[in-house]
Amino acid sequence: MIDIIARPLSRRSLLQVAGLSAAIIAVGSTGVIAQDASPKRIVAVGGAVTEILYALGAAERIVGIDTTSLYPPSALKDKPNVGYMRQLSAEGVLSLSPDIVLVSAGSGPPPALKLLEEAGVRLVTIPDTPTAAGVVEKIRAIGRAVGLEDKAAALAADVEKRFAAVAKARETVSKPVKVLFVLAMQSGRPLVAGTGTAADGMIALAGATNIGAGFSGYKAMTDEAIITAAPDIVVMMAREGLHADPDTVFANAALSATPAGAGRRLVTADGHWLLGFGPRSPEAVAYLMQAFFPDLPQVRALSASEHLPAEAGK
Amino acid sequence: MSTPPMRAFADNGGGTLVAALQRRRQRTAFVFALLVLLVAATSIVSLGLGAVSIPPSRTFAALWTGLTGSPADANAARDSLVILNIRLPRTLLGLMVGASLAVCGALMQGLFRNPLADPGLVGVSSGAALAAAIVIVLGERFLPYLPFATLPFVALPIAAFLGGLLFTYVLYVLSSGSGRTSVATLLLAGVALGAMAGAVTGLLTFLSNDQQLRDLTFWSLGSLGGATWTKVTTILPAFIPLAIALPFLGRSLNALSLGEAEAFHLGLPVERIKRIVIVVVALAVGAAVASAGVIGFVGIVVPHLLRLAIGANHKVLLPASALLGAALLLASDILARLIVSPAELPIGILTAAIGAPFFLWLLLARRKMVT
Repeated sequence: MIDIIARPLSRRSLLQVAGLSAAIIAVGSTGVIAQDASPKRIVAVGGAVTEILYALGAAERIVGIDTTSLYPPSALKDKPNVGYMRQLSAEGVLSLSPDIVLVSAGSGPPPALKLLEEAGVRLVTIPDTPTAAGVVEKIRAIGRAVGLEDKAAALAADVEKRFAAVAKARETVSKPVKVLFVLAMQSGRPLVAGTGTAADGMIALAGATNIGAGFSGYKAMTDEAIITAAPDIVVMMAREGLHADPDTVFANAALSATPAGAGRRLVTADGHWLLGFGPRSPEAVAYLMQAFFPDLPQVRALSASEHLPAEAGK
Repeated sequence: MSTPPMRAFADNGGGTLVAALQRRRQRTAFVFALLVLLVAATSIVSLGLGAVSIPPSRTFAALWTGLTGSPADANAARDSLVILNIRLPRTLLGLMVGASLAVCGALMQGLFRNPLADPGLVGVSSGAALAAAIVIVLGERFLPYLPFATLPFVALPIAAFLGGLLFTYVLYVLSSGSGRTSVATLLLAGVALGAMAGAVTGLLTFLSNDQQLRDLTFWSLGSLGGATWTKVTTILPAFIPLAIALPFLGRSLNALSLGEAEAFHLGLPVERIKRIVIVVVALAVGAAVASAGVIGFVGIVVPHLLRLAIGANHKVLLPASALLGAALLLASDILARLIVSPAELPIGILTAAIGAPFFLWLLLARRKMVT
């Protein structure tokens, strides 16, 4: 929130002018005016949507993003921000004069989306399923929406191939581990990922068992339940101010009393890389697998990626 | 709180009652004229400014096409959509919510004869908010069994109204033992009710899924961002009784300010007045909370400012509160949508940012007066 407030107001208008001149130059130099199939002004709502558009080379056509669009990091710096994906302002989005608005499933509020449609803006909802197939479908849907089917097919095939590679490695896992995903420490108590969460999906893809499978969403778990569940590994997001280092995390009495605590096994990674379910997800899965099963030989080759963020706390 | 007429006499020494009253009347007329201008100005700005920049000439053209028929071209069509379907309902909602909150603050302060009573502070908003939270989180589970399930958009305001009514009633019963409303009991009961609502809302937070959780969080800060014609038409049935009751309640609250027993001996149907005020407040606050979320401090800031300016006569205080509340909320909303455009700030942040320091100042000023 604070970042948004601090941003100078004039950037939006500057960008509009810049975008407009770029468009004029583009149209002038090619002499071709784009049809509906290739919308020129895209508003991207949802981290994975923005990331995929950048990966498809459509960055210049993006005229607005939302606060969850954290990758690539330049996106939030370069593009006007329409706010949080679930709290969009119809007029704010309209002010960017988009040809098309790509919204990740779950965006809203519904009245704002309805107003956008009434304004004649093409609104495309991109499904968001936390599975490998879900990522592929996401890429294809975005490609179809912005007229980049070929590039999307290539990216989807690449992502599919990399997911298939981690799936193959997964088959060699003989001894599954039990994983506890901690979203945050809520006044000392871990907020644990249950079923239906992105974290649950990633843990499954990495061939491990989520011990939060008994409930849905993110819930605070009691000390005794954690000890009973006996996780082998704790996974957390690495971000500023969270202090996700083994010393702090295993200072928690319950966590220290688990196998994870005994082996001081804490895995951390950038939250949006880990939970975003975008093109970088196969690497994130491979990273988790390598952390979960250090003895698996196949996994090492998979984790080599230019996108890998710093392995904070590990 | 305000300058009582007595001081006016003392100030001008040899002045007469008539002269003092006349000055007061002139001042009131001036303040009213100012308030009407303020409401008109904020309404025009609210229609004219937003993330989509539309020059004034086209704003009026858009309003005109809305009345007369189809827009001339695609540009005009978009203008008229923004003006007629986004800004106009938003402005109307802001006017009604602001007026409702401010008038309800004044009504409660009059009813409890306490300048600290405010629907937000003493738990009425919490009650409405809690009921609305129940609908947000549990709605999917029990709505199919309710008769109004076919009209889901009315479930939220109805629930908010019932929640507000229940909390106002409980508050009143708790704080008005033996014919007098006790100020300390009122505030403590309000705090306790607020805490209870907080506890249950906490439980709902625990039960909610990610999306509902985020709805709850944003909604608890309030926003006019979701304004649609549907919302305007759902708050209207609650606003109309308030507007109708307003002229009649001024005299009654004035009498009530003498004390309940005294008012009763003046021939005032005290119990009926109390019931009417409670129902009207619950209805209006409930509808305001349901349509715009919890917006704090309008109910306490506005009546106080006006008491300082025009005195405590409820006949003028209530309508003046309606005007200033409407203008204040619209002004806050204009800021809310411009500061981080094309995104939006929750309006509750702005009203609280303005209201909380004012409230502190008020408390300190009162303390100085007492000591």
